[in-house]
Order: sequence, then C-alpha cells, then structure tokens
Amino acid sequence: MRARVMDRIATGVLTLIAVLIIGALVGLLGFILTQGWHKLNLDFLTSPPNIVKAGGGIGPQLFNSLYLLVLTMLIALPLGIGAGIYMAEYAPDNKFTQFIRMSIEVLSSLPSIVVGLFGLLVFVNMTGWGYTLFSGALALTVFNLPLLVRVTEDALRNVPRSQKEASLALGITKWRTIVSVILPAALPGIITGAILASGRVFGEAAALLFTAGMSSPNLNFTDFTLAGPTSPLNPFRPAETLAVHIWKVNSEGLTPDARDVADGAAAVLIIAVLIFNISARWFGTWVYKKMTSGSN
Amino acid sequence: MLTRSKRQFTENITGKTVAMVCAGLLVIVVLSITYFIASKGLSTFFVNGVSISEFLTQLKWDPEGEPARYGVFPFILGSFLVTALAALIAAPLGIGAAIFMTEIFPGFGKKVLKPVIELLVGIPSVVYGYVGLTLLVPFIREQFDVLGFSLLAGGLVLALMILPTITSVATDAIEAVPQDLRNASLALGATRWQTIWNVVLHSSLPGCLTAVVLGMARAFGEALAVQMVIGNTTKLPGSLLDPISTLTSGITLNMGNTIQGTPYNNALWSMALLLLVMSFVFIMILRLLGRKRVVK
Repeated sequence: MRARVMDRIATGVLTLIAVLIIGALVGLLGFILTQGWHKLNLDFLTSPPNIVKAGGGIGPQLFNSLYLLVLTMLIALPLGIGAGIYMAEYAPDNKFTQFIRMSIEVLSSLPSIVVGLFGLLVFVNMTGWGYTLFSGALALTVFNLPLLVRVTEDALRNVPRSQKEASLALGITKWRTIVSVILPAALPGIITGAILASGRVFGEAAALLFTAGMSSPNLNFTDFTLAGPTSPLNPFRPAETLAVHIWKVNSEGLTPDARDVADGAAAVLIIAVLIFNISARWFGTWVYKKMTSGSN
Repeated sequence: MLTRSKRQFTENITGKTVAMVCAGLLVIVVLSITYFIASKGLSTFFVNGVSISEFLTQLKWDPEGEPARYGVFPFILGSFLVTALAALIAAPLGIGAAIFMTEIFPGFGKKVLKPVIELLVGIPSVVYGYVGLTLLVPFIREQFDVLGFSLLAGGLVLALMILPTITSVATDAIEAVPQDLRNASLALGATRWQTIWNVVLHSSLPGCLTAVVLGMARAFGEALAVQMVIGNTTKLPGSLLDPISTLTSGITLNMGNTIQGTPYNNALWSMALLLLVMSFVFIMILRLLGRKRVVK
C-alpha cells in the first residue's frame, strides 16, 4: 500500500517539475517576445543606433550578424565537410585518429570566451588586422568546426553501404564515389546541421567581443566595394553584431531608451534563432520524406 | 582488369590529402589554442614573478594597487559557487523533466516537449543575461531589499540556461534503457515509481551524470549572461544575495581596459588558462563517465 502511495506522490512531483519547467521556458519566450513586440517595425530594423538620444535602431548590427554568418560559413563549411569526410571515409583506427577525436571533443567544450581570447591573440594582434569581421569569422569557425565535423561524419555514415559498394564496383574511384554518390545522399543531414550551426553563430557574443569588436563604423549602404572603410561588405572592418549589441546596451548603454532597444534587439535575436532552429527541423523532415517516397 | 587513368589516380590522392588536411587542422587548432593561452597565461608566473600559490589562494585582487596584488581566489570561488548553485537547481529539475517525458507521458514528451526543449538549447546566452537583468535582478532587489546583482541571480540564470541541455541529454540516456528491464520490473509487481527509481534511473545513471557534468561545463565557461547579473565585486560573498565575480566575468570586464603585456593583463590571461584547464578537467570527467557506461 505504501508503494502505491509513494508512486502517486512521485508522479505528482514529476508532473509538477515538468509543468514548472514548461512554465518557466514558455514564460521566458513569452516575456522576450511581448517586451520587444512594439519595437518590431521597419524603422527599428534598418536605422542605425543612436548613442546619446532615444530612437535608434539596430540596422548595422543586424546586417553585421548576417554578413558575419555568411563569412563564417564560407570558411567553416568546406573545412568541416572535409574533416567529416576524412573521419567517416578514410580515418584508420589508430592513435592519430583518436587524437583528432579528442581534439573535436576539446573544441566543442571550450568556453567561447577562451576561443575569443585565442582569436584576440592570433587573428587580431599577431596578424595586425585589428578588430575585424574576418577575425570574428575565424574565431567562430573554430567555435563551430566540431559541430560541423560531427554532423558531416554522422550523415556520411548513415548512407547505406550498398550505394557506396555499387559505385566502387562500377570501377569509379573512391574520391569520385565520395563526391558524386555519398556526399549527395548525405546532404540533407549536412544542411540541417549547418542551419543549426548558423543559429549558434547568430547568437554568439562572448567570442566576438575580442575579435570582431564592439563598435561598427558608419556604414554607407550604397558603397559595395570590398575595401572601402565604410563599405558594409569590407571584411576587414570592425563590426558589432546583434548579440554583442544586446550585451553592450544592457551593460553600458547610455541612451535614455536603452531598455527599449534591448527589448527589441532581444526579440529580433530570439526570432532569428527560432527561425534557424525550426527551419533546420522542418527541412530535415521535408527532405527525408521526399527522399524516402521519391526513391522508389 | 579496369585501368585507371593517371588523372583519376591523382584525383584520388588529392581528395584524400585535402580531407586529411582539414581533419589535421582540428588538431593544430587545439594545440595552438593550448599553446598560446598557456604561454600568455604562464608569463604572470615566469615573467612577472607572481607565485602560483599566491595567485590561486590569496584573497586580495588589486592589480592596480601599490603593491599590486594578484589573488584570484575570489574569482575561482565565484565560478565554482555559481556553477554548483546552477547544477543544484537544474540537475533535479532537468532529470525530473526527462523522466516525465520518457516514463510518464512519453507520447506528449516525444512529440511536443522534446523538440521544444531542444529548441531552447539554442537560445543565445546574452538573451538569458538580458532576462536576468530585466526580470530577476529587480525581483531579488525588491524581495530582499538588497542590490539584486548577486550569486543567487547568477545561479538562477545559469540554471535556466543549462536546464534544456541537462533535460535533453538525460532524456536520451533514459530512452536508451531497454524496455525489457522495465517490463521485468513491472512483472515482478513493482509500481511505476519503484521501476523508475530502482531500474531506470539506476541503469541510466552514468548518462544522467554526463548530462549534469555537461551542464556544469557550460555554466563554468559562460561569460556574458553571468557578467550581466552577478555584480562583479571581488569580495568574498557572505550570502547568496551578495554580489561576486567569476573568472569569466573578470576577464570580460577587464581585458579590453588593460594594456597588452602588463602584469595586470597577464594575470587575466592566467585566469583564461585556468578556464582552459577546467574545461580539460570536465572532459576527463566526461570520458570517465563514458567508459563506465561501456563497461556496464
């Protein structure tokens, strides 16, 4: 009888915990979205921030975040996919492979501020570039590489062996087989992983404080040269991203409406990250369905 | 016999080499992060002549004073306290939620809760810091008539941050427990709670511990969210409601204001080195937990 009562109590407590957590997390999202909702208009999203007066927007920050995302992915994707191919298709079972695996593990658990400091030392100071988008992209590459490698390796391993063997049996070289048979079949998994990684890049701030910097030059959105100091596309200029902006406004914001700007920026950031995550999920199931029903 | 052209042969070799270089890059990155952070971090002791024991155990942090004092114990204590507090709050809640999702309400858990929790893993840390700053700190201030910026605020924000991580990893661990074990226990007349407590939790214990350690590693290395709510004083806290500093918050706040190569700056790099060492420690613990799981 006591066991029965105990069972009831435990079920009750567990349900309570679950309700509490769901409540906290839903409350968290609800709070951010309702606080920032009134700021979500075109003017706020496109105009530059105002340092001393109220009414500034987050235009350059939003652009910097997106541009940094593109730059990072241009560097990180080839490297991550290459390393993933090696781990899935070539890596022999030896000490070196084990060492690579451990390196992946270390990289994925490094605090992002440590990666940022490494970036400060190597990409900012030693190269003499100073705070630049490019330094930020390199730091974020370090940060993202383990995730991309792992995703690629898993996706490649999930391709049925028979496909690979069929290609090899036709006399096609191993590299051709990888590029034209295995990689396309693994692509949905890799893309899903890449979208998830993009979400992390978009929200990352600690590693960027010391690499891409905490300021943005006045951008001239009619100048699209790659080298101009006010050109938005110049990768060798400092750039404050949306996530860094939220941190800065909250810790040292001087504008009278700092709270307002933080509310709006947080809402924009959270919506962007949710879009990345949901689209990755949606894309994964969509491609899976398409591939499984279209294959026969 | 099929003959392969010379072009195919070189393509094969080049492909393998490129993939190998990408994978090797991971090792190079990890080694160079360790080397650069260590060489900067150790110069406090070898160039500036601060003794390691003074650095680690002294209570006084006054790098700009005469004479300068480099006792980082308050930072170390702060990091450990806030991590422990976060784990104490998040571990029972996270594992409880994982049990609820898998054992009590599996349909709802799998379809709704799990995706939602995984979505929340991706919320950026500055957003947690922002919520802590706008919601939690004022709340604590009004409730207890204190400053609000405190160990408690830091612990709560971190607990909320690592909760999705713990829940998600623990759910995977509990789901991996074979159904036969549960059936056997239930067939012997055990209640659902007895089965959960004695069988399910027992056999998924290493996995659940892994979840908690992963969460703690994340909490220990988290910089911006903590910095925003913890108050950043280097006095030892007398209670949960007192402000304190962590290694990460100390680095975040001061790194930009100090000049490269000065003893003050080097001391901050030594703090970064401590973070790096701690993340190696967390990896070792995780590896040990992983090994245990394989043996059992």
